[in-house]
Amino acid sequence: MNAVSPLPARAHAARKGSVAPVAKHLQTLDQHVIEIMSDSGEGAQKCGQSFGSIAARTGNGVWTVEIIPAEIQPPARSVAGASGNRIRIGSHQITNGGDEADIAVAFNEQVLLGRVNAGELKPGCIVLLENMWAEHDDAKIAGQYAETRDRLVAEGYRVYEVPMETECRALVPDPRKGKNMFVLGMLCNIYSLDMNLARDQIAFIFGKKDAKVISSNVALLEAGWQWAESNLDFKYRVPAVKATVPQVVINGNTAVALGVLASGMDICAMYPITPATSASHYLSDVFERAGGIVHQAEDEIAACAFAIGASYTGKVAVTITSGPGYSLKQEGLGLAVMAEIPLVVVNVQRGGPSTGQPTKVEQGDLLTVMFGSHGDAPKVVMAPGTIEDCFYSMITARRLAETFNMVVVVLSDASLATAQQPFPRPQFSTEWLAPPVDQNPVPDGVKPYDWDPVTGLSRRFVPGQPNGMHTLTGLAHDRNSRVAYDPEINEQGMRARSMKLATLQKILTPPPVFGDREGELLVVGWGGTKGAIEEAVARLRGEGHRVSSTHLTFLQPMQPGIGEILRGFRQVITVEGNWADDPNDPLIDESNRRYPALAMLLRSRYLVDVDCWTEVRGRPIKPGTVYAELRGRLAHLETSR
Amino acid sequence: MSAATLCLQHFAEENHALEDYQGGVPRWCKGCGDNAILAAMQRLCRDEGLRPEKTVFVSGIGCSSRLPHYMRTYGFHGIHGRALPIAEGIKLARPDLHVFVNTGDGDCCNIGAAHWIHAIRYNMNMTVLLHDNHIYGLTKKQASPTSPIGTRSNTTPRGSYLDALSPLTVTLGVQNVSFVAQAVDWIPESLFHILTAAYRHRGFSFVRILQRCPEFVGNMFEPWVHDPQRMLMLTHADGIRVSPALQKIYRNQLPHDPADINRAREIASSDDPIPVGILYRNPEVPCYEDLRGAGKLRTADQVRGALDAELDKFTVWPQ
Repeated sequence: MNAVSPLPARAHAARKGSVAPVAKHLQTLDQHVIEIMSDSGEGAQKCGQSFGSIAARTGNGVWTVEIIPAEIQPPARSVAGASGNRIRIGSHQITNGGDEADIAVAFNEQVLLGRVNAGELKPGCIVLLENMWAEHDDAKIAGQYAETRDRLVAEGYRVYEVPMETECRALVPDPRKGKNMFVLGMLCNIYSLDMNLARDQIAFIFGKKDAKVISSNVALLEAGWQWAESNLDFKYRVPAVKATVPQVVINGNTAVALGVLASGMDICAMYPITPATSASHYLSDVFERAGGIVHQAEDEIAACAFAIGASYTGKVAVTITSGPGYSLKQEGLGLAVMAEIPLVVVNVQRGGPSTGQPTKVEQGDLLTVMFGSHGDAPKVVMAPGTIEDCFYSMITARRLAETFNMVVVVLSDASLATAQQPFPRPQFSTEWLAPPVDQNPVPDGVKPYDWDPVTGLSRRFVPGQPNGMHTLTGLAHDRNSRVAYDPEINEQGMRARSMKLATLQKILTPPPVFGDREGELLVVGWGGTKGAIEEAVARLRGEGHRVSSTHLTFLQPMQPGIGEILRGFRQVITVEGNWADDPNDPLIDESNRRYPALAMLLRSRYLVDVDCWTEVRGRPIKPGTVYAELRGRLAHLETSR
Repeated sequence: MSAATLCLQHFAEENHALEDYQGGVPRWCKGCGDNAILAAMQRLCRDEGLRPEKTVFVSGIGCSSRLPHYMRTYGFHGIHGRALPIAEGIKLARPDLHVFVNTGDGDCCNIGAAHWIHAIRYNMNMTVLLHDNHIYGLTKKQASPTSPIGTRSNTTPRGSYLDALSPLTVTLGVQNVSFVAQAVDWIPESLFHILTAAYRHRGFSFVRILQRCPEFVGNMFEPWVHDPQRMLMLTHADGIRVSPALQKIYRNQLPHDPADINRAREIASSDDPIPVGILYRNPEVPCYEDLRGAGKLRTADQVRGALDAELDKFTVWPQ
């Protein structure tokens, strides 16, 4: 899309001031993807996030994604050790991390190789590479550097060698701690960003430290800008539309934590697990100031039981986890379902099964959260599709849990957890909060499980309420909460718990359709793939194809009107980040093909022959990949008319 | 309403009869030690004037864990092994509630063992009754972790292979332990006094109650039941009172200061004679709910203020 005109690479860029400013080729771009990577602890993350914030402040659409190694301190200069950020900026709203990167900035060639090998860089893209390794004392390192540089140049990458270490050493004693701001300055120059915003950003991130720290980082920033100005022969401009409303720039896990705060929930019980934990980290910090308690339990089971105990006493509690932790909580969730205790559970999905890929992206837990826990255990399942959704989902989840006395599971995933995207600053409303815990006497004659014959709903008794004393139990029980083995009563209880889902479904609205309501192909998605799917669909629609998409935020119960939407199209496919058998595999046919989660659900509920495309490559699904897949299907559909 | 009427009304509200704490009719087996524990608990609630609506009995799974159903208070009959974390959540959210936990040797010392260790360390203000009958009852006679070596059961037909775990020494070995006592179901008077002392202790009060299961291990405690000399009554000015009547029967007495943890650990190591009384008490150990500032109300304005303060950190204002 935004091919960079082939200009000769300045193979060994000279030091600042030693040459006259070069002739610049200024190009205006619609969008661009930048990756910055370093060894762990060298600050590429901070650089990337700062760059994203400056771009957002400028008015650009932004999406940033963390590049995280699986280990805390992977060996320096290792292919698997890349730590950093991918930033996609655009002249319009950006809803996902995009396709292959257009520019890569690397603090050493090995972390760069990791991204090259993973296919994350666009062929022939610009590489800004720290060149200190070229003359390293260790001949092996110098050799690795030269070999990689030459390989990349030979493969057509536009490699610019940048003397980051040398430039920074002139300003700070330990360049390892300053290169990131030097790179930030370079990027501000390359993308024609306002340096005043960059200086403000530095003042903000180092605000707690003394003025000397800020001034030395500003000096590094300016040095980076100047170096790029003097030595690079290209420059970009991504037109921005200034925001008219205040925007917040946060990642999905921060949004979840802020949503917990905004919903009025004040007890979160958790156990550390990647990639969910950062939500609890942030919440711990917030609650220390705002009131509220994050309880780090001894294990996932205890965290769930603790949250259930807290919820039982009146105010809904939340437990935040990821796949393996969710598996452990399931018996407890069954108890909450059976005893009708409201509870909010966040599952930030990662690669599974078992330990799987802790830091990687997957949408593998949908069926587990819908059907998990033994027996029939109906729960509400929601899946935010954007960062903004992560925030508001928590408020909705709290309210639904309390209204229906149900477990509400919010399924986020590793791609939303660490991605940042600006969205309009939420305006707090007291309606987000629950009413105070009822401590009035329970009226005579009301029973603890007075299931409404239509909705299945019953009034919840809270400890402290006179006249409400009863023992709730995970055993089958009657309306008085007495243990009951009677077949009629067992069915009454099952029905009441199930009816609550039907009742909720009646108040939901149909999901919006992105595009026309009729056409050749409909794509259905859920969760963190929303941005990529809609971008692909928009591009195809721009090319004249009759394709639409719809994205489900409620998976259980499913929103009304979905069947009608599906029937408006010749073919329906789901795009999901979980496993599906390939019908072309020699052993696979329709009698044994395993469909992905959503396709299976849609097929069974709506009796529509829903096909699928899935990927479990541990990374966010790219809009370009979806585009290529859909285009292939559309070509087939359009010729088979 | 006159002051006298108000006073009477208040009296009626604050004073309860035993019946006020009696829930469903117990379904335990004839001669089950759980009955004695239930009777002691109901008496304790009455004598301590606990408001039924402010009292919660939490349990796991097993014969012991049916107890909440037989109280007329709030009750939470949970899942196997998880009574303690449920009780902790209740107490942290609502420090105003009186929390009791009924758990068995399988529930607490096997499937819930991880929670037990950490509950001691949290030291939340609750009274924990370990109904220890040395056997799985509800699942029909399997060896439990406290079954003495050689116990014949359905899973150990030739006798169990391992030495029994001692709930007392384990509890006394965990940091922040603040109250440990042992009682037996066949001396109801001391059971009641020990439970009362446990309830009055502010912290995690752990009472192991040796309890007979006539159905599956009918002879387990018979030698002790029939020979008072094999019982060791712990006495001290800071311990529990042993009445003159009991003193005549249980003459084997040992002065023990509950503040002495090392001596407590020694006494706990003995299972013959069986020590009865308070082994350890330390009222100075902080409670987790106090450390965490539990029970503070947060107003809507506070939520708004906190949210706005956080959002300010991440807001990009229009230029």
